[in-house]
Amino acid sequence: MPGKLKVKIVAGRHLPVMDRASDLTDAFVEVKFGNTTFKTDVYLKSLNPQWNSEWFKFEVDDEDLQDEPLQITVLDHDTYSANDAIGKVYIDIDPLLYSEAATVISGWFPIYDTIHGIRGEINVVVKVDLFNDLNRFRQSSCGVKFFCTTSIPKCYRAVIIHGFVEELVVNEDPEYQWIDRIRTPRASNEARQRLISLMSGELQRKIGLKVLEMRGNAVVGYLQCFDLEGESGLVVRAIGTACTLDKLSSPAAFLPACNSPSKEMKEIPFNEDPNPNTHSSGPSTPLKNQTYSFSPSKSYSRQSSSSDTDLSLTPKTGMGSGSAGKEGGPFKALLRQQTQSALEQREFPFFTLTAFPPGFLVHVGGVVSARSVKLLDRIHNPDEPETRDAWWAEIRQEIKSHAKALGCHAVVGYSESTSICEEVCILSASGTAAVLNPRFLQDGTVEGCLEQRLEENLPTRCGFCHIPYDELNMPFPAHLTYCYNCRKQKVPDVLFTTIDLPTDATVIGKGCLIQARLCRLKKKAQAEANATAISNLLPFMEYEVHTQLMNKLKLKGMNALFGLRIQITVGENMLMGLASATGVYLAALPTPGGIQIAGKTPNDGSYEQHISHMQKKINDTIAKNKELYEINPPEISEEIIGSPIPEPRQRSRLLRSQSESSDEVTELDLSHGKKDAFVLEIDDTDAMEDVHSLLTDVPPPSGFYSCNTEIMPGINNWTSEIQMFTSVRVIRLSSLNLTNQALNKNFNDLCENLLKSLYFKLRSMIPCCLCHVNFTVSLPEDELIQVTVTAVAITFDKNQALQTTKTPVEKSLQRASTDNEELLQFPLELCSDSLPSHPFPPAKEHLESASSNSGIPAAQRAMTVEKASPVGDGNFRNRSAPPCANSTVGVVKMTPLSFIPGAKITKYLGIINMFFIRETTSLREEGGVSGFLHAFIAEVFAMVRAHVAALGGNAVVSYIMKQCVFMENPNKNQAQCLINVSGDAVVFVRESDLEVVSSQQPTTNCQSSCTEGEVTT
Amino acid sequence: MTSELDIFVGNTTLIDEDVYRLWLDGYSVTDAVALRVRSGILEQTGATAAVLQSDTMDHYRTFHMLERLLHAPPKLLHQLIFQIPPSRQALLIERYYAFDEAFVREVLGKKLSKGTKKDLDDISTKTGITLKSCRRQVVEEMRGSLVDNIQQHFLLSDRLARDYAAIVFFANNRFETGKKKLQYLSFGDFAFCAELMIQNWTLGAVDSQMDDMDMDLDKEFLQDLKELKVLVADKDLLDLHKSLVCTALRGKLGVFSEMEANFKNLSRGLVNVAAKLTHNKDVRDLFVDLVEKFVEPCRSDHWPLSDVRFFLNQYSASVHSLDGFRHQALWDRYMGTLRGCLLRLYHD
Repeated sequence: MPGKLKVKIVAGRHLPVMDRASDLTDAFVEVKFGNTTFKTDVYLKSLNPQWNSEWFKFEVDDEDLQDEPLQITVLDHDTYSANDAIGKVYIDIDPLLYSEAATVISGWFPIYDTIHGIRGEINVVVKVDLFNDLNRFRQSSCGVKFFCTTSIPKCYRAVIIHGFVEELVVNEDPEYQWIDRIRTPRASNEARQRLISLMSGELQRKIGLKVLEMRGNAVVGYLQCFDLEGESGLVVRAIGTACTLDKLSSPAAFLPACNSPSKEMKEIPFNEDPNPNTHSSGPSTPLKNQTYSFSPSKSYSRQSSSSDTDLSLTPKTGMGSGSAGKEGGPFKALLRQQTQSALEQREFPFFTLTAFPPGFLVHVGGVVSARSVKLLDRIHNPDEPETRDAWWAEIRQEIKSHAKALGCHAVVGYSESTSICEEVCILSASGTAAVLNPRFLQDGTVEGCLEQRLEENLPTRCGFCHIPYDELNMPFPAHLTYCYNCRKQKVPDVLFTTIDLPTDATVIGKGCLIQARLCRLKKKAQAEANATAISNLLPFMEYEVHTQLMNKLKLKGMNALFGLRIQITVGENMLMGLASATGVYLAALPTPGGIQIAGKTPNDGSYEQHISHMQKKINDTIAKNKELYEINPPEISEEIIGSPIPEPRQRSRLLRSQSESSDEVTELDLSHGKKDAFVLEIDDTDAMEDVHSLLTDVPPPSGFYSCNTEIMPGINNWTSEIQMFTSVRVIRLSSLNLTNQALNKNFNDLCENLLKSLYFKLRSMIPCCLCHVNFTVSLPEDELIQVTVTAVAITFDKNQALQTTKTPVEKSLQRASTDNEELLQFPLELCSDSLPSHPFPPAKEHLESASSNSGIPAAQRAMTVEKASPVGDGNFRNRSAPPCANSTVGVVKMTPLSFIPGAKITKYLGIINMFFIRETTSLREEGGVSGFLHAFIAEVFAMVRAHVAALGGNAVVSYIMKQCVFMENPNKNQAQCLINVSGDAVVFVRESDLEVVSSQQPTTNCQSSCTEGEVTT
Repeated sequence: MTSELDIFVGNTTLIDEDVYRLWLDGYSVTDAVALRVRSGILEQTGATAAVLQSDTMDHYRTFHMLERLLHAPPKLLHQLIFQIPPSRQALLIERYYAFDEAFVREVLGKKLSKGTKKDLDDISTKTGITLKSCRRQVVEEMRGSLVDNIQQHFLLSDRLARDYAAIVFFANNRFETGKKKLQYLSFGDFAFCAELMIQNWTLGAVDSQMDDMDMDLDKEFLQDLKELKVLVADKDLLDLHKSLVCTALRGKLGVFSEMEANFKNLSRGLVNVAAKLTHNKDVRDLFVDLVEKFVEPCRSDHWPLSDVRFFLNQYSASVHSLDGFRHQALWDRYMGTLRGCLLRLYHD
């Protein structure tokens, strides 16, 4: 018996009136876990009952602890008839199962009813006593930590990043069982909520077991999704990245040591960050498998080393033997071999992470994606989810082979999704092909930064842009140039990725949200015919989405996309494509060429005129955008770059394929032929339409920026004010005879108007940036389009924003100083090492190290640092809100980002994964569809906040609304909505509260900005 | 293309002060949008009318959901559904319970019940409803000091709570305020008098144990006031009082002769008002009497306010020198408050 769960019901408040006669309620509570139920006494005639119950004790297996939710039901006692349920609270006790997270769950929980919504609150205390279990063959995986965050959590250090874990479980959907015809909607909803809760628990436990097998202790980038397949069942699937994490000790312990060498510490990360580009210059130091004495606590012996090199991959991908660059060829090969060996052992070398420890990412190849259209059939045996497993395995194989074709061994920023309409399902997977540094994938890995420091001083941050594939044997036509940063390696002209912008990348100007939107009508059809129709449409959609993205990117004067997410949604009579990404200008890539318009009928004079008018408009827009996003790359003369490489211009690095019912894999070359300039041909009205639509995208009002990545490239002086929000819009398409153009326009307007509304609503926060803007499209019915947006608005300091746009170096310094704690993982070790050996005063020392270690003149560095460092925390201090002392309900922040600006996360309390159903049969009375959904989303937020607060947390990071399925039947006055949200519950501390010393001198400034990163060591 | 559904939900509930005011003023969404357009917001922000419409709808929906909580402000503080910073919560409540002076002047002293409900609808719906709910709850549930009560239970600011106390006090004692003669008085005037009376003439004023008796005038005190009658009934006493006042004010008063001529009338008026207060009906007519017996005579003789003040001060003080008069404390309690009220009431 490995665990004892203890529950105490303290009190209730604001209960609804259940007895009309007395205007009061006789409430009692049922506490259920597994098959055991306890009851409290009935507290007569009160809307604020004080039960103050004894401790209810459940003795259970830890397997059950992981799977089962604690179910608390509040009822109204009725002597003569059946007791009426007031509502329920489900509590996931998983956070209590690992030692570092929460120890007790205690607080006020909203009492939730699927028909009436929130009806009062209940105060509950939950504890778990775990006994050590020595059984090796156990089925539970207590102790494995889960994080939704898609980067290494802030107060941890990655010892090893093991790789991909996935699992799925299937079941019948209670909504479609025969019994549903006779039970009430409430009973049906509750059965569904409970089942999904159970299934997620089981899924998490199974994933945990896989992690333990891999000798990991955590899952990062955990993404769990539900597929409501209707008649054919319910699928809960999850993917994640298994890691071995080390908790970094508390910053308090480090503070004293930090005092004197502060400047140096701040500085070192940027010089010393293990350069991914090491091989490109200087002698090739063979990578040694040094044991890194970072934390002696755990060291797993995992037999992977450079010895069992497997070259079998090389012939397949057609690269490896050729020299991959000007120099360092052998080194590159060696590196590749090592990586291969590390990754070869894995079935799928995928990583759900989107941000990485420095040095992890060596090269990025481009976006790889795969889609497949499937026909759903009933899941006959819930215990054998093979079909679904096989489907996904197939898609993953495809992704893997695409990555190989790009000369990459791994896929990062990997994600999977589905779109279901009736019995047709589109499975999609996408990621970014990449070459990784093997150090993180093996044991004892994080190696000799110390040595490298002496040899490698190049300030290049362009390594990840360099092509991983062999230029003589390229998988697709591409236009290559020498890197504009280091001038040694080849880079493509455009780079698309699904990951966040690496923190050490050099960006010019600011980024912006770029969206491609597309609709395609499709005939209504059944089963096979329908699936075929969809698969035939898919390649065209992908092609068009891609073209749109490329055009819009060029229109913005930018050359790279990050966080690319292409969503294809299937409906009864149409397909929708929505791609969102954040465009940036990478300093390492060439300046994008403009867009040229060419007409097909050159003899017509007025037509010519029209064309030239359009051309002018486009050129103006590009110029305006360059100004708006502050893109002024330094002029570089041709000689420095060298002669252009005679390669056809590459337009696309998107390799994708469709397969219908696992037929053949088709690969489309998306490049636009061998044209040197980017030419748009206007040969019919369609194309005209396209050009027009390019120009209709309105830039956000001044003071607003938006992006769909974690942080906005080019802005880093965030203040602490954040506002997370969800906005939902549904439009009904009016006419029945819709054309593709009309549909496109409607959809485009919908998205644009939605954005405009957001800008208007949040105008009081200017200057501000909408970060992590996440659009989801669904087609709930024939003529309905639903768009759901979740994002966070963060204010920033405008004055300092202007200051930051000086030099790229300065910028990257600042960025790192404000938000990147991972960077400090390595340097810290260095710091404590070098501490005794440097007798210089801090300031002098800083100059010393800077001048000796970097290619930048010391004077300039010093200047930039002085300017940069006070910025980061200075304004946090000013802007941070005063503590709200008299508020009775603690404030819980929610954000889709992995961090909270101006604050430091001190503890992760566990994963929040909640699923709610709300239904109404009095839609009009509840304010129509808008009133109904508005109230429901507000309630969901409230329940998330209550759970976090009960865990002792004050924020949810990496929050995501994974599903918002809304169905209405206005004729029957009914509506139903399902919402699934998740995130990481955390405790954060304001940086202003952390600062002990006032910042009079520059040194103290530096020190405080150190502390923000100093979760380390 | 029509918008079926359009919502925005923030983790922190967004409150637009301007829209809140429009909502409180009872404008429909359409009117509110029109008013916002007129305010020039579109030009300032570059938004479109559709955006404004959507934004206004959204705020109205939020306010509608909040209204249930605003009826019991402590609930607003404890609820979990809307995360609102404390300063914003205070603003919501304060504005919700703020009232239109002109309106309140209308309903003052009317018994707030079914009878007046119809009238309220005519005047202004919004404030009427909130006022009603406030009074109902105060009367039914509250114990303790009136002002404190209102402040605690409705979480209002000091100023607003005092105003509410005045309203409740007036309503409870059914003071007549609607007569034509009294039309020149503002709500502020009445509220001022109410506060003085609550402070001095109620049971709570003398005995802190009886804190919850703020609402009613001290019956014993009103009975005792009969004793003051001697001041006008006893001719010697009246003459002596007059001579004392006249001696003291000679040369200091611009309207001395008028005062001298009128002294007996005025004094009789003031003392008779006191003596009559034992009857509920006369309590109701307190303000009518004061205006008739004191304010109007003085005004017809064009007394400046400073002279009225001099006179009233001297008038009350001189009583202390009347050897035959034994009710000095009672007199002070009465005149202290009355002097304040009269001075406030004495204007055009």
